[in-house]
Amino acid sequence: MAMTARQRAKVSLYIQAGIFFVAMAALILATDWKTVGNSVFNFGKLGPMFPGIIVVGLKNTLIYTALAFVVGLSGGLLLALMKLSTFPLYRWIATGYIEFFRGVPALLVFIAFGYGVPLAFGVSWDVTVVVMVSLGMVASAYIAETLRAGLQAVPKGQMEAARSLGMPMWRAMVTIVIPQAFRIVLPPLTNEVILLTKDSSLIYVLGLTTAQYELTKFGRDGISSLGAGLTPLLVAGAFYLVITIPLSLLARKFESRSARTKR
Amino acid sequence: MNDVVIPSRNHTGPVQAAGVSIKDLRKSYGFNEVLKGISLDVAPGEVVCLIGPSGSGKSTLLRCVNLLEQPNEGTIHVGGFEATDLDVDIDKMRRKVGMVFQQFNLFPHLNALRNCTIAQTKVLKRSQAEADKVAHANLDRVGLGHLADRFPDQLSGGQQQRVAIARALSMDPELMLFDEPTSALDPETVGDVLSVMRNLAKEGMTMLVVTHEMGFAREVADRVVFMDGGVVVEEGVAEHVISSPTQGRTKEFLKRVLDPTHIEITE
Repeated sequence: MAMTARQRAKVSLYIQAGIFFVAMAALILATDWKTVGNSVFNFGKLGPMFPGIIVVGLKNTLIYTALAFVVGLSGGLLLALMKLSTFPLYRWIATGYIEFFRGVPALLVFIAFGYGVPLAFGVSWDVTVVVMVSLGMVASAYIAETLRAGLQAVPKGQMEAARSLGMPMWRAMVTIVIPQAFRIVLPPLTNEVILLTKDSSLIYVLGLTTAQYELTKFGRDGISSLGAGLTPLLVAGAFYLVITIPLSLLARKFESRSARTKR
Repeated sequence: MNDVVIPSRNHTGPVQAAGVSIKDLRKSYGFNEVLKGISLDVAPGEVVCLIGPSGSGKSTLLRCVNLLEQPNEGTIHVGGFEATDLDVDIDKMRRKVGMVFQQFNLFPHLNALRNCTIAQTKVLKRSQAEADKVAHANLDRVGLGHLADRFPDQLSGGQQQRVAIARALSMDPELMLFDEPTSALDPETVGDVLSVMRNLAKEGMTMLVVTHEMGFAREVADRVVFMDGGVVVEEGVAEHVISSPTQGRTKEFLKRVLDPTHIEITE
């Protein structure tokens, strides 16, 4: 019996859906629910985590992320402008910086600034400063590339029009080009914040006082103290989603807005 | 278009007009010389149209006048400035020179009014209230006073170009440069833009206009300059150059522009 192209496509979709549900069912059947229930879904013993995981963990994750983002945004803007500069030295410095910090794991940067720099210069930095510097410097590299693309996406005629009105280069940049570039990069920039939120968990390699715990450290601490298996990490993960999902929705909103205003 | 208001001279009319004097101007991109020694004078208050085939260097010449392109040789005097002097205060000079682009280049993140005020407040350091007043007067002047709060993407091409003219006029320029201002427009909106330019010419603004609108050139321009291959081939009174050109290349060009259906297939 011959099928039309549309019928074949329909059957193919049913088969794909079937495979998906069969795989899910197999996973559920293969799971050792008794053990998992004790070690991952053991919510009964989590009382001591609250309200600390919110008032300390969630709060610190937000603070560390915000600080790193401020450093990353200003550093990224500076690097992006350097990379677009007509002065070769600026371009080389920016390119070298970006390639280096995008290329090494953020974890190593944390260790470098948490242990290496204090050793080398005999200074002792507060954890907040270490996070701000190390995460901020990594973020600068990523954000710089995003902003550079945004600045280049602003049509050349905008700069020409601004200069024709007598604006000096810096004024035209600040008043005309950068605001438009930011509009363009708002969605990818929001994604950078999401990545930063998660990368702030790398702080666990540093020695922390309980007041400095963020979500992941709080979860790890819960594993050893509560006897609820890995359940505290599950809770920590849920709180990350509390931060990142609204950001995702925000990014999507920005995206649809810029799609609408595009001519 | 009868909503174009003839403005009061106060702050919206050219207080003074500046002339342009170009001598032996040369400009190359690599080995490609696009301006091969151009000399051209525009008297204060004069309207000069630059015509010629694409690639003839007319836009480049225009862009050299406010230094959007850097000439390699020769001199340009604009008002009291020597544009080709390496120590010239470019930004100060550009305040005197209004520029209108083919693609409008309005600032899309600002509404029509702010497009007209931003350089006034940031460059001329006018107060916001004064800048608003000047901007409103100039938007009225181009017949768009009622659309001051629209953003560029809410305006038609012709309206955008008129806002762009109002934006340039808000700086009280002494010279206006137009780079094919109607080439990117829908045919039905060309007339509105041309009539704004015609009024501007009547008010005594010095204008240097790159255009393909031969009707406009004939009617409004004091002089027409025909360029081809980076040189001025022919120049003179608009009527003469367009109606009875003396040079072969001018004749050939005008025949093609004025009668596009008359195409000689040479191959």
